[in-house]
Amino acid sequence: MKHTKVLVGLASCGIAAGANKVYDKIEALKNNEKLPFELTKTGCIGMCYREPLVEVIDPTGSYLYGEVDEVKITEIIEKHIKGGEPVKEYIIKTDLFENVDDSYWKNQTKIALRNCGVINPEDIEEYETYGGYQAIKKLLQQNTSPEQVIQTIIDSGLRGRGGGGFPTGMKWKFAYQSKSDQKYVICNADEGDPGAFMDRSLLEGDPHSVLEGMTIAAYAIGATEGVIYCRAEYPLAIKRLNIAIEQARKKGYLGKNIFDKEGWNFDIYVKEGAGAFVCGEETALMASVEGKRGMPRKRPPFPAVSGLWKKPTNINNVETYANVPYIILNGAESYNKYGTEKSKGTKVFALTGKIKRGGLVEVPMGISINDVIFKLGGGIQNDKKFKAVQLGGPSGGCIPEYLANIPIDYESITATGAIMGSGGMVVMDETTCMVDIARFFLDFTQKESCGKCTFCRIGTKRLLEILTRICEGDGQEGDIETLEMLSQQIKDNSLCGLGQTAPNPVLTTIKYFRHEYEAHIRDKKCPAKSCKKLITYTIIKEKCTGCTVCAKNCPVNAISGERKQVHFIDQNVCIKCGVCFTKCKFEAINLS
Amino acid sequence: MRIQRIELFETETKTKKEKNIDLSLLDKVIEKYKNKKGSTIPLLQATQQIFGYIPREAFHYISKHTGIKLSELYGVATFYAQFRLNPVGKHIVKVCHGTACHVQGANVISESILEALQIKDGETTPDGFYTVESVACLGCCSLAPVIMIDEEVYGKLTGKTAVNIIKEIQLKENN
Repeated sequence: MKHTKVLVGLASCGIAAGANKVYDKIEALKNNEKLPFELTKTGCIGMCYREPLVEVIDPTGSYLYGEVDEVKITEIIEKHIKGGEPVKEYIIKTDLFENVDDSYWKNQTKIALRNCGVINPEDIEEYETYGGYQAIKKLLQQNTSPEQVIQTIIDSGLRGRGGGGFPTGMKWKFAYQSKSDQKYVICNADEGDPGAFMDRSLLEGDPHSVLEGMTIAAYAIGATEGVIYCRAEYPLAIKRLNIAIEQARKKGYLGKNIFDKEGWNFDIYVKEGAGAFVCGEETALMASVEGKRGMPRKRPPFPAVSGLWKKPTNINNVETYANVPYIILNGAESYNKYGTEKSKGTKVFALTGKIKRGGLVEVPMGISINDVIFKLGGGIQNDKKFKAVQLGGPSGGCIPEYLANIPIDYESITATGAIMGSGGMVVMDETTCMVDIARFFLDFTQKESCGKCTFCRIGTKRLLEILTRICEGDGQEGDIETLEMLSQQIKDNSLCGLGQTAPNPVLTTIKYFRHEYEAHIRDKKCPAKSCKKLITYTIIKEKCTGCTVCAKNCPVNAISGERKQVHFIDQNVCIKCGVCFTKCKFEAINLS
Repeated sequence: MRIQRIELFETETKTKKEKNIDLSLLDKVIEKYKNKKGSTIPLLQATQQIFGYIPREAFHYISKHTGIKLSELYGVATFYAQFRLNPVGKHIVKVCHGTACHVQGANVISESILEALQIKDGETTPDGFYTVESVACLGCCSLAPVIMIDEEVYGKLTGKTAVNIIKEIQLKENN
C-alpha cells in the first residue's frame, strides 16, 4: 500500500457530477481505517463524459476510474487499495492494458493543459515539482533580454488563443516599444461563449501556469501590474486564482523585488466581471476594469499604445498565457514543431453537443475536424447522422459534415465562414435545426449588444425577428435575401468584434443549409423536426398499449388515459419536448 | 439589448414597495472602496452581496457618500446582467441556455419548470421561494442540459427530473 496516491478531479463539472461526495467518502474511509495513502484534489482530467473521475497511482502503475459514486469508491478502496487488485470493470484508462476510450487520449498533445488533472491546483509546491516557475527563473539566471523573450515567442508561432489569432509575440513587441512609466498586463478570462469552458478548466486546474505566463509577459514588456478579468460565473476559478496569487506572493514570485531581483515589482489581482459578453472585447474589457459600462471604443490607438488607464497594455487570453512558460522553458521549436505552416502548436477545445465523448481536449493544429469528432469524440450520440459542427460560438459559424475533413488551422476555418474562436466545438446531428441554431445565436448577440452602434443594436434585433418568424412557420419569400443584406450591413458598420461577427451564424447556415430555410419558408416544415410551432406529437391508436410510460414522463401532464387504454395528448398543453417519443417502447408516438 | 434591461427595471421598481433597509450596512463597503479608482463594479457587487439586490435607496446612499454620480452608478448597474434591482426569492434557479444545453433541449427544461411553478422567466414565485432565470452558460457543457440552484449544479436533466428536483427542495424545506 506504500506510495499510493489517489487523485479526485474536482473542477466544476466534476463537482456538478458529484465528485465532492466521492472525495468526502474517500477521506472518511481513509481516516476511519487509517489507510496510509495520499489523497489529493486535482483539476479537470478532461474526460467530462465520465465524471466523476478518480485516479489511483500505485507502484504498479496508474489507473483512472470513471463514473465513480460512493458505492463504487468503497469497492475500489476495498479491492484495489487494500487488496492490491484493481477493479477492472470501472477502469477507463491505464497504461497496463487497452481500454475502449484509449483513442480519446492517443490523438491529444497536452501543452496548455500539461498540468490539468495532474497536479493539485491549490498547491504551489506541486506546480514547482512539475517544472513550474522554472521558465521565469531560467530567464533571470541567463539574464535573457526582453527582446530575446519576445523573439522566442514570435519564433514559436503562438497566436492569440482567444479567437483573434493575432501573433502573440508581435503584440508583446508593440507593448514593449511603447514608452511609459507604467504598463499593464491583462489576462482575458471573460469566457463568455456559450458552449465553451476551456479557460475555466485551465484556471481551475492550473492557475499558476497563467500567473507565470503573465509574469513572463510583464518581464518582456516592462509591466508593473497585472489584472485577470474573470467571469463572476466562475466562482471556483476565482477562488483558486486568489489562492495561487497568495501563494506566489508568499514565495516572493509576486509583489516587490520579485525573484530576488532588485527593483523588479510586479503584482497581479483578480477583477470579477459582472456579466456582459461584450467585455470579452479588449477595449470593452478595459472600460469594465476601470469601473465603467463595458462599451468598446475605436482602435487605434491600440491597447499596446494606450490601454488600461491610458497606459500601454498587453492583453492575452488564458490559454495563450498558459502556453508561454512551456515555450520559454523548452524553446520555440518545442512548440512550433506541432501544427501547420501558419498555425503552430496546439489548441484546446471544449467538445460538446451530440457527441459520445464530450470533454476538454488539446490537439495539435492541423488535425481534421473529423478526426476530433470521430477518433477522439467517438462519433455521434445514439449513432445518429452527423450534420454540422459549430465553431467560435456566437461569432463563429456552422461547418457542414461534408467540409469536416478540413484541417484545424486559422486560415482553413476562416475560409468556411466560421472562425477558430476560443475553442467551443458544438457537434450537431440530424435532429438539430440549423435555422433554430442561427436564431439561438442571434437571440444571444442581440441581448448582449451594448447598443453603441446602430447596425448592431437594431440590425441584430431585426435579424432575430425574421429568424423567429421563419422558425414559427411565418417566413415569407425574400426573407433569406433580407437576412443576407442585413447581415452584410451589420458586419460593415459595427465598431467591435461582437457586431462584426454577429451575423456569421446566419450567413454560414444560409450558405450551407439554404434548403432548410426554404423548407421552413415555403413548405412550413422543419426538416430536423425540431421547431416547435411546426411539429405535433400524436399517439397512434393501433400501437398504444396503454402502458402509461408516456403519461408518467410528461413534464406538463399533457397526456391522459387509463391503464391499458389508448392514451391522448392534449395539444394545448403539450410543450413538444419529445420525451414521450423517446420513452415509448412501442413506437406509438407519431412525430409530424 | 441593454436598453431593455433598463425598461424592465423601471416598470418593476415602480410597482413594488421596498421593505425597510438598513443602509448603514453599506458604510464598511463604502469605506473600503471610497477614493479607489475603478471601484464602481466591486462597490455594487458588495452591495448586492448584502441585500441580495441593489435597492433604490442604496444608489442614493452610495452616491452621496462616494461622490460617484447617480447616473453613473445606475448606468453600470443596468449594463451588467449580474446586477438586480429587485428582491429575489429564497432560492435562485438558473437554467443554462448555452449552446450545448440548447442543442440538448434547454427550452424544455425552462418551460417545464416555469409551468410547474406557474411563473414567467425572470419572475419570483408569489411565496418568494424561487426565482427562475435563464442564463447564458454555466460551463458544465458535457452535463447538458443543466440547471443551477443557488450554488449546486444538476446535470443531464429532462423536464420531468428538473421539476422533481425543484419540488423535492420545496418539500424538504416546508416540512
